[in-house]
Amino acid sequence: MTQERQYRTEAVVLKRSDFGEADRILTLYTPERGKVRVLAKGIRRITSRKAGHLEVFVRSRLLVHGDRDLDIVAQAESVETYRSLREDLRRAACAYFAAELLDGFTGEEEGQAAVYDLLVETLRRLSAVRDLWLATHYFEMRLLGLLGYRPELFFCVRCRAPLKPEGNVLDPAAGGLVCPRCAGDDPNLPTVSPQAFEVLRFLQTRPYEVCATLSLTNRIRREVENLLEGYDVYLMERRLKSAAFLRDLRRHWQTLDAQTPESGT
Amino acid sequence: MGSRVLPEPVERLIEEFSRLPGIGPKTASRLAFFLLRAPKDQAAQLAEALQQLRERITFCEICYNISETSPCPVCADDTRDHGLICVVEEPLDVVAVERTREFHGVYHVLHGVISPVDGVGPEDLKIEPLLERIRQGGVREVIVATNPNMEGEATAMYLARLLAPLGVRATRLARGLPMGSDLEYADEITLLRALEGRREI
Repeated sequence: MTQERQYRTEAVVLKRSDFGEADRILTLYTPERGKVRVLAKGIRRITSRKAGHLEVFVRSRLLVHGDRDLDIVAQAESVETYRSLREDLRRAACAYFAAELLDGFTGEEEGQAAVYDLLVETLRRLSAVRDLWLATHYFEMRLLGLLGYRPELFFCVRCRAPLKPEGNVLDPAAGGLVCPRCAGDDPNLPTVSPQAFEVLRFLQTRPYEVCATLSLTNRIRREVENLLEGYDVYLMERRLKSAAFLRDLRRHWQTLDAQTPESGT
Repeated sequence: MGSRVLPEPVERLIEEFSRLPGIGPKTASRLAFFLLRAPKDQAAQLAEALQQLRERITFCEICYNISETSPCPVCADDTRDHGLICVVEEPLDVVAVERTREFHGVYHVLHGVISPVDGVGPEDLKIEPLLERIRQGGVREVIVATNPNMEGEATAMYLARLLAPLGVRATRLARGLPMGSDLEYADEITLLRALEGRREI
C-alpha cells in the first residue's frame, strides 16, 4: 500500500456529523493536509476520552491512522479550547460563520499553513476581542486572498485604470471593483461608498491591529459585510447559512439588549 | 441495460432499506434476504410495526414528545410537578432522564438544536411553544438539558436570553466528569467546569 499508515497533525474541528452508533465524522482543517475528513470512533459515548478534545472549534494535536476509506483518529489532545466561544452566543455565531467560509472555499486539497494560522488567530480573537465584526470580516477578506479569490480593489477589473474612492461598483463575476466609467449605470451591481472602499482596502492589506484603529459606523459595517457576502455567495454558488443566523441574532439581540445589560468581554 | 437479476419486490425492499441511516447496499441486501427466508409472520410483524409507528404516534400538544395520546402520559399526570420543565433536544433524551427515576417534573422536547452550519435556526425548533407554556404561568424553573457540546451550549445560551425577561429560574445541567472515566484524559473545558462545580464531600 502506498498510503501512509499513520500521521501526527494539529487540527481545528470545523464541523462534525453523527455516524453509526456512537461515532462521528469530523471535518478538520490541518496545516499540512488542508481540509480532511476523519472518523472518530465512540466519541458520542459519555466516557469517551477523546470527545472533549474533538469538539467543534477546538485546536488539538492528533494521531491519525490511515484506513482504506476514512482515516481514524487514534489519539487527541486539545491545545486551545477557546472557552468563551462556548459561553457567548455571539462569539459562537461568528466562529460558525468563519468555519462555514473555510469549509465552503476549500476542497480536499493540500493545506496551507497560512490558512491554518489565520484560522487559529481568528478563533483566538473571537474568544477575546470586543469588536467581533472586525475579527470576523478581517478573516473573511484574508481567507479570500490566501485561497486565490482576492478581490481586486486597486485597479478597475475592466479597464485596469487605478481606482478612485468614488462611484465604484463591485462585480463578483469579474473579480473586483469596476470604475464608474466602465460600470455605466448597471443597476444589478452594488455600488461601493468611498468609506466602504477604504475599509475593504484596509481589510485586504493592513495588519489586524491597524484595521482595529478604523472607526466604523454601523452603516459602513452593514455595507461592507453585504458586499463581501455577495462576493462569497457568487464564488460558492450557495447562500451562507451561518450569515443568516448571525443576522437573526443581531436583530433579536437588539430588542433583548434593551432589557438586559450587554455581556462583557 | 442488463436484464433484472432480482425480482422487483426484493429490489424494492433493498432500495427502501438502503435509505435508512447507517445502512449501505450490502447490509440492505442482507436484511432483505433474511426476511425472505425468515418465517412468514416475522415479516408480517415487521410490516405491522412499521405501519403502527406512523399511524399511532403523534406529538404531545404540550411538551412535543412523541406519544400515543395528546397530552402525553407525563403531561397528563397530576402527581408530577408541572412547575418544573426539563428542556431536551430529542425524545430519546426524555427516556434517559426518566431512567434516573429522580426527576418528577415535566418535559419539553425541542426536536433539534441550533446548528448554523446545518441551517437549523431557532425558528426550526419548538422554542415558541415553550415560551407560550411559560407565559401561561405556573412555571418556576426551566432546566436546560441540551447536550454539553457546541450546538447544545449555543441553544442553551439562546434559551437563557429568552427566559430571562419571563421571570422564571433557568438552570443548566451540571457539567463535569463522567462516572467511570479517567482524570488524565479529561479535556480542559470539562475539568475546568468540574472544578467550578465542585462540592463538599
